Amino acid sequence: MRHLLSTADLDSAAAVHILDTAAQMAATQSREIKKLPTLRGRTVVNLFFEDSTRTRISFETAAKRLSADVINFSAKGSSVSKGESLKDTALTLQAMGADAVVVRHQSSGAPHTLAHSGWVDGAVINAGDGTHQHPTQALLDAFTIRRHVAMAGAAGAGAIGQLDPTGRDLAGLKIAIVGDVLHSRVARSNVLLLRTLGADVTLVAPPTLVPVGVEAWPCRVSYHLDEVLRDQQPDAIMMLRVQRERMSAGGAGGGAFFPNPLEYTRGFGLDARRLALLPEHAIVMHPGPMNRGLEISADAADSPRAVIVEQVANGVAVRMAVLYLLLAGDSAGSASTAGSASTAGSAGPRTADERTAIA
Amino acid sequence: MTGSTRYVLRGVAPLGGEPTDLLLADGRIAAIGIEAVTDALAEALTWDVAVPLVEIDGAGLVALPGLVDLHTHLREPGREDAETIESGTRAAAMGGFTSVHAMANTTPVADTAGVVEQVWRLGRDAGWVDVHPVGAVSVGLAGEHLAELGAMAASAAQVRVFSDDGMCVTDPVLMRRALEYVKAFDGVIAQHSQETRLTAGAQMHEGIVSAELGLTGWPAVAEEAIIARDVLLAEHVGSRLHVCHLSTAGSVDLIRWAKSRGIDVTAEVTPHHLALTDDLVRGYDPIFKVNPPLRTAADVEAVRQGLADGTIDIVGTDHAPHSREDKDCEWAAAANGMTGLETALSIVQQTMVDTGRMTWADVARVMSSAPATIGRITGGDRPQGRPLAVGEPANVTLVDPAARWTVIPEQQATASANSPFRGRELPGRVVATFLRGRATVLDGRAVPLRSADGAGAAVPASSARGL
Repeated sequence: MRHLLSTADLDSAAAVHILDTAAQMAATQSREIKKLPTLRGRTVVNLFFEDSTRTRISFETAAKRLSADVINFSAKGSSVSKGESLKDTALTLQAMGADAVVVRHQSSGAPHTLAHSGWVDGAVINAGDGTHQHPTQALLDAFTIRRHVAMAGAAGAGAIGQLDPTGRDLAGLKIAIVGDVLHSRVARSNVLLLRTLGADVTLVAPPTLVPVGVEAWPCRVSYHLDEVLRDQQPDAIMMLRVQRERMSAGGAGGGAFFPNPLEYTRGFGLDARRLALLPEHAIVMHPGPMNRGLEISADAADSPRAVIVEQVANGVAVRMAVLYLLLAGDSAGSASTAGSASTAGSAGPRTADERTAIA
Repeated sequence: MTGSTRYVLRGVAPLGGEPTDLLLADGRIAAIGIEAVTDALAEALTWDVAVPLVEIDGAGLVALPGLVDLHTHLREPGREDAETIESGTRAAAMGGFTSVHAMANTTPVADTAGVVEQVWRLGRDAGWVDVHPVGAVSVGLAGEHLAELGAMAASAAQVRVFSDDGMCVTDPVLMRRALEYVKAFDGVIAQHSQETRLTAGAQMHEGIVSAELGLTGWPAVAEEAIIARDVLLAEHVGSRLHVCHLSTAGSVDLIRWAKSRGIDVTAEVTPHHLALTDDLVRGYDPIFKVNPPLRTAADVEAVRQGLADGTIDIVGTDHAPHSREDKDCEWAAAANGMTGLETALSIVQQTMVDTGRMTWADVARVMSSAPATIGRITGGDRPQGRPLAVGEPANVTLVDPAARWTVIPEQQATASANSPFRGRELPGRVVATFLRGRATVLDGRAVPLRSADGAGAAVPASSARGL
């Protein structure tokens, strides 16, 4: 793996390997001293053409926990709006010696262009591009699902999160992704990754928010949330954020994707009633930031089943894993996972051994 | 015209038929047939030995009438960094063309007699092909007020084709008025069919690939809805409509239906829509960004079928050069368009001739006579799109269908390198192009206009008098 651009590039083994590595990273994060020296002397640039404080902070935290130098480069409004071009920005970063570029861009495919243009030598990590992909979000979602639900069958009710899920995929799990699929890079990344990991994915949305061409996706599509909850009994439900501007898209009349927020909430919002339709062990997810009262009610967002805050924490571990695997090299492949995570946390291991230990 | 070089084309196959000899002299096709050429030369020797005579071994070459492109963007005035009339028309000659229609979306827009005459004049000065400016339908391509269509028609440029190409004439009332107005001078409205509301922010064909790539879709219906409206408008007011670069299976069906009703509509397809599909967008390389977008394999099959059965009348290149910075960027920031003048004939050979769907005579129809007829340039003092016949202007293209060549955009005559066929091996190479008897291309190389050679000047066409 040289770049992480799309979850389409990950096969099951690679995805499980990232999740296992993330689990080891997560284990180090419960220690008093969370910092690992693994990426000391390496430079990670967070190149954000679009505002996203959460994702940027998550990547920044991940890189810093691995002792990398972090440069935050905010280029909002650049490029398409006649500012400095993506190319010149990339060449600038290249000249500064970036080992990895974490890029968030409003244009679908911009990270792909960056990775294949020859403008930068470093690894490119897609931190969200337009309405295309957000692979680390999908990985952290898969990580969260695996931790909570994948072991539920094996362990029986009540043992969620207690067993070691290392090496497991998500085979047989049913996952519903609800909301604005059309504009969601989170949905696109998750559909591909969760399917690769063996899960059975159902998208639920009003027809206006499902893309033409969805029939080629490896998932089912439903326009009826209640039916999906009742009939499929999903193990996890992922609520997508509804952008306010979708309600009046195009500015002029007729461009809105649904009549009004109330109707959307009635049809596709997760409230206490719908929460009760879910099976006991099911978890409630949201990539954030939430529109409380629109796609998710406070009852659902604050319920014990909601793992939304944990998703944020897992995001750091997953991004540590991705940075580690891309930058610290992983030529040994999954064999290196044999190293025990429990040995990884001592305050100042030397670099050579450190790699083996972490991985 | 004495002093202009005469050419004997030995053993060429007119329209791919039986090989024979052609004599080009005094700007005309002077003789066709081995004996006729021998006789003509013998006769000529008695009265003029001073005129240079060049023999071309044409064995294996197909002779076509000089190609006519109804849809070229020459970019001048305004974007001379991407193309000039000189470079663009030289590229046209290299591609076997003897005439191009220059689209109106320049800066300033070709919406006045002054601008169209400027383009026309620069084309004459360059001398590679005949340049026929297309006039804008609306002032500034803004789609609000009719441009001075009458003034452009009456100008030296004699504009007959009007188009806001790049923009759709969206307002149905404006479209109706334009269709009606140009009847006075036998003009035609060439529509860029794109419903703007359905294509706000559109980046590529809407379908399976756009869903996967997260690029805003350009649905087929946005093209088809406008075509449906326009053919009905054309029927209602009894006007001529030309549909530019149609790209979808549904559009072919609509044109077929319109023609069956007797509506005076013609349709055009680009080489790239005959050859390429939206799968190519998967790499996010903006070289494949074009408007209308590359469609599906089913659409490609439909437009090939439509071209073969005559539903689609012509191939128009939509040659759209862009500077490097307009393509060397992320997809959304890139400009729409591809170059095409120097690959058009090869693509038509590959997709239509080599597949057995069309003959070379069909190629001559869709790339020469039909576009010239739509553009109303088959008459006048510089007729184009004429048959290969004795007495006709010597606008001749020689192509070697057996040749294979690899596209290297930087080596093309066009000033821009945005060819979607980079690195592809294509069949068919233009060996020579003659514009009224002057070789603009010989042995695959451009031949600059020499001041001593007056062959670029006008030749009245006797055959045109009957039109």
